[in-house]
Amino acid sequence: MQYAILCYNHEEITSAWTKEEDDLCMKQLLAVQEPLKKQGKLGPVARLLPTSAATTLRKTRDEPIIIDGPFAETKEQLLGFYVVDVESLDEALDIARDLAKANLAMGSYEIRPIQLFIPNGTS
Amino acid sequence: MTDIAWIDKALSAARPQAVAALLRYFRDLDTAEEAFQEASLRALKNWPKNGPPRDPTAWLIFVGRNSGIDTIRKLSRQTELPPEDQISDLDDSEADMAERLDNADYRDDVLRLLFVCCHPDLPATQQIAVALRIVSGLSVKQISRAFIVSESAMEQRITRAKARIAKADVPFEAPGPVERAERFAVVAAMVYLVFNEGYSATGDEAPARAPLCEEAIRLARLLLRLFPAEPEMMGLLALMLLQHSRMPARFDADGHIVLLEEQDRTLWNRQMINEGLALIDKAMRHRAPGPYQVQAAIAALHARAARPEDTDWTGIDQLYATLEIMQPSPVITLNRSVAIAKLHGAAEALATIEPLAPKLESYFNFHGVRGAYLMQLGRKNEAREAFDKAIALANSAAEAAHIRIHLDRLMQDGGKSPEPVAAEK
Repeated sequence: MQYAILCYNHEEITSAWTKEEDDLCMKQLLAVQEPLKKQGKLGPVARLLPTSAATTLRKTRDEPIIIDGPFAETKEQLLGFYVVDVESLDEALDIARDLAKANLAMGSYEIRPIQLFIPNGTS
Repeated sequence: MTDIAWIDKALSAARPQAVAALLRYFRDLDTAEEAFQEASLRALKNWPKNGPPRDPTAWLIFVGRNSGIDTIRKLSRQTELPPEDQISDLDDSEADMAERLDNADYRDDVLRLLFVCCHPDLPATQQIAVALRIVSGLSVKQISRAFIVSESAMEQRITRAKARIAKADVPFEAPGPVERAERFAVVAAMVYLVFNEGYSATGDEAPARAPLCEEAIRLARLLLRLFPAEPEMMGLLALMLLQHSRMPARFDADGHIVLLEEQDRTLWNRQMINEGLALIDKAMRHRAPGPYQVQAAIAALHARAARPEDTDWTGIDQLYATLEIMQPSPVITLNRSVAIAKLHGAAEALATIEPLAPKLESYFNFHGVRGAYLMQLGRKNEAREAFDKAIALANSAAEAAHIRIHLDRLMQDGGKSPEPVAAEK
């Protein structure tokens, strides 16, 4: 089963990290990713720029509306995601647990089963 | 990261919004700051035990408000204080607060807090110092280090500035659209001043001042989150990110300035560049150009060039021409002359800047740039004179050292054609 692990956190905290803190965090997360990659369990990984760089297109009956900023004003923001291919929810939770431990920040991880996965845009 | 380190980050991230909201409640800066301080102390006690709240900012405002009210009561000795655990028990009220305190409430609060720091009676450096103290929460020690003055001098300066601000009569009602736009422009200028205090530092001062650049970027991100559709704030944030992205390449091992053309572009921070470019794209969509957007677009053309010779100087020249119309200033014409030199040669660039002499006589960059053009034209004696003037007017040892490099070359072979000093902008 494929899961997306969606990482949420207070971006005003994570974007204020020093370079050293950021580097350390990325290094620790990479250490979690490495064995997963070797086992063929890791799909795409993405880290997103702050929501202030985001633009949202909202479909309406007429022309779509384009809104500056993220889709939703939330207390914690979607900062990145992992795609993993695992046997069970428990295994996905274990990965999320490891990622949470490796991450310098607090934050939340949403584990969401994937319905359709098209890595290269074609099925 | 330990609990305490995380709480520290969370407190400083929440500070602008929390102090701003507390200022609206108490209408007094000292009370607001003390209330936030008290709330922070309780957070340090409470959060490791109970876990961090879902919305740290709302928690701090709520606790800060209660503690501020206590203080006021204590001072007026009217009522007895409620027991502390009654205040700290936030289980039910926190969710409710979080719902009510969305960005719409914060935005004018934060804007007001920054705006009061920009009191027109205060000189620019004091505006910055007081904003860094109140809004960003930097310690007096950190600020004094950045401004290279003693801690006690800075303490005095901030106290005096705060007294001035306290007397300022900034209304607490939500501002109308025109007033909001005016406040926004003043605040944006102050944020850019904070950035430039960090960016213009050279030599030994640079490491102590670099955090000012990061603080300005943080403030701009905050303002953009609160006012997501402001193209000039997108432009300002993009401008600062693009300039700051070059930080790792701007000085050599001896702390000397490395010119834009000579910088190792692989050291530029790609993530900041990408964020800056994305913000410019967003801003352009609004078709409401402004000076920050144009300056960001100039910085973007530098950022997009993988090698100096790939730079789109025609585009840069056009953007400077636009900027000259928006914000006529001899310094902008001086900077534009660098693009003119690239496109049409040093003679035309020199002809462009000669009329600026009366206005820029005491500006070090003017003589540095002029000297470089004269040198390219082989007018060595005049070039040397211009460089001498530039050294005499230099603001820092690094700037002077940079001009001396030109002079050295002039003395040795006089042949090489170094780039003008203003190329960095």
